[in-house]
Amino acid sequence: MDFLVDGRYAYAYTGGCPVGATRPLIVFIHGAQHDHSVWILQSRFFAHHGFSVLAVDLPGHGRSEGSPLASIEQLADWIAQLISTAGLGPAHLAGHSMGSLIALETAARHPEGVLSLALLGTAAPMRVSAALLDAARDDEARAFDMINAWSHSSITVHPGCPGPGFSIFNQNRRLMERQPPGVLHNDFLACNAYEGALAAAAQIQCPALVISGSRDIMTPARAARPLVETLRARPEPRPKATVVELADCGHAMMAEQPDQVLKTLRQFWTELDA
Amino acid sequence: MSQRDYQSFDTLAIHAGATPDLQHGARATPIYLSAAFGFRDSEQAAALFNMEQAGHVYSRISNPTIAVLEERLAALESGVGSVATASGQAALHLAIATLAGAGSHIVASSALYGGSHNLLHYTLRRFGIDTSFVNPRDPDAWRAAIRPTTRLLFGETLGNPGLDVLDLPTLSAIGHEAGVPLLVDSTFTTPWLMRPFDHGADLLIHSATKFLCGHGTVIGGILVDSGWFDWLRSGRFPELTEPYDGFHGMVFAEESTVAPFLLRARREGLRDFGACMSPFTAFQILQGVETLPLRMARHVDNTRKVVAFLAKHPLVRSVAYPELEEHPDYRLAQRLLPRGAGAVFCFELAADRHAGRRFVDALRVFSHLANVGDARSLIIHPASTTHFRMDADALAASGISEGTLRVSIGLEDPDDLITDLKAAFRAAEKG
Repeated sequence: MDFLVDGRYAYAYTGGCPVGATRPLIVFIHGAQHDHSVWILQSRFFAHHGFSVLAVDLPGHGRSEGSPLASIEQLADWIAQLISTAGLGPAHLAGHSMGSLIALETAARHPEGVLSLALLGTAAPMRVSAALLDAARDDEARAFDMINAWSHSSITVHPGCPGPGFSIFNQNRRLMERQPPGVLHNDFLACNAYEGALAAAAQIQCPALVISGSRDIMTPARAARPLVETLRARPEPRPKATVVELADCGHAMMAEQPDQVLKTLRQFWTELDA
Repeated sequence: MSQRDYQSFDTLAIHAGATPDLQHGARATPIYLSAAFGFRDSEQAAALFNMEQAGHVYSRISNPTIAVLEERLAALESGVGSVATASGQAALHLAIATLAGAGSHIVASSALYGGSHNLLHYTLRRFGIDTSFVNPRDPDAWRAAIRPTTRLLFGETLGNPGLDVLDLPTLSAIGHEAGVPLLVDSTFTTPWLMRPFDHGADLLIHSATKFLCGHGTVIGGILVDSGWFDWLRSGRFPELTEPYDGFHGMVFAEESTVAPFLLRARREGLRDFGACMSPFTAFQILQGVETLPLRMARHVDNTRKVVAFLAKHPLVRSVAYPELEEHPDYRLAQRLLPRGAGAVFCFELAADRHAGRRFVDALRVFSHLANVGDARSLIIHPASTTHFRMDADALAASGISEGTLRVSIGLEDPDDLITDLKAAFRAAEKG
């Protein structure tokens, strides 16, 4: 489904179902150098189980027009604008990696539009190593190798995603390779420069879920601890802050453990409804 | 690589796609001979059917043993995934049927395996799919043959049986310029000799019966997707970019950015045509793939020795092997096939048809049969067997004459193979 945001077309996958204001909205936000398809199984499931779903392609990624935006703050405003343009919301936001920072900042800047946050493969601050930043700028193929090696717990994870017979490892690489040149460096600079995560976490009033992978090298579980501690230190009445660590799971958690990610998200949103 | 990504070919050939069995600890891939797989509950059943969750439902669509083979070949070919099929021909049919229908057109090399030529020239025409055959060495002919209805360019990485080396970089560029993907049959080269996706091909098939299995035991095929082709931008493939009524309006290109072709091939092609692989076959091919690097090195080494012997023999008119400088694709082979030009080649006897028969009948180590890529060395007379349905013009276009013999060099001691050939030459001469 296409939307016009800031004069440019933006694409969001709706999970194979029409969206509507009568159903609660989930917005899935991908990470650096990715697009909506990293959420394929989860977004399709929720769309067929009572939710409106928008799995977005961020500007300059996938099918969305324009140049990639340079900061997490700009991306947060873009998400709020897209929801508004769609005539939907407020929304549950689910973000992966860079997308988790965008979700967090959206909740801080536009609290009226956000019902809850699910932050997957997150870290605060989300520093990108100098070696990876340099590779992203000078040698994208090298950067893709590094990301792929650090994003997967094994070369043999099962089940395949989106189903049997698919190579999770090679799909991730090809998806990265198919984004326009320069996007990766832009995204990593945005992650690296974002200093507002803890301030945003202290400020937000909605429930939050943090999902980490025990074998995540890109954003290790320990790198999410300052964020978790900040969420848990919010003043009363303290909104819920749930932390789940998936065993034997890498950074590419929606592909490596799609059922566990689905189960965790579902439990979180179901309990909020109750 | 400094980071641990375990992507070297030999490691992937043994490990890719296979996790140790968590229930019993089996280290080899178990053979899951089960037609169907139980659902945890009704909700999971519905989610599996509607592609909301990943898993196995019914072995025509997917199976745990077959999935290991599919993911291993995807890893070895640097593809995003693959679909195993009942045979190499089933893989070719699946690729075509996923992208083409009545009114569609294919541009194909004239140097093809006889069965593939048959499928394109006769059988698919009955279903409204037309094919233009072109000289594989003539890029302008490929370009000129493309029509608005063209859905595929198709050729063999090494043409059967003349070993024409397909110029993948040039042909893929021609295809991409027109928004048409290049499908190649990579049976003769295997990913150990060449990875076609590194040279611009978009899709590939194998007859896994051949070198991948390697022991002449089972029939199987595999269809691999590079994930590179931009189906949306091409504009020629509504099958992938517009709602499909056969799956509740699913738009495959929305579901997956890099693998919509494979989604449709499995969700429609395997579901409806049903040419699936047996789990036992997948196990046998997996065993072969584990030793593919070792075997291919030996196949090529043996082949070079036999080719050197034949090239100097007075009863041999010519040897068609791209590592020989006189082969028209010598330079291309040096560029695309640095590890070797495979283990199948043709040679022409400087003798009449009767002498040819005496030659074949006198062989004791070589087996006279219609296959290639076996551990055993094999020989056949294409004009009277694999390509017998082709008329004289088509035979000539494929580089086959009445005296052409095709051999597939196995893993025996090369000295024994040469001894066997010497005896056969003596028999041929006796008259």
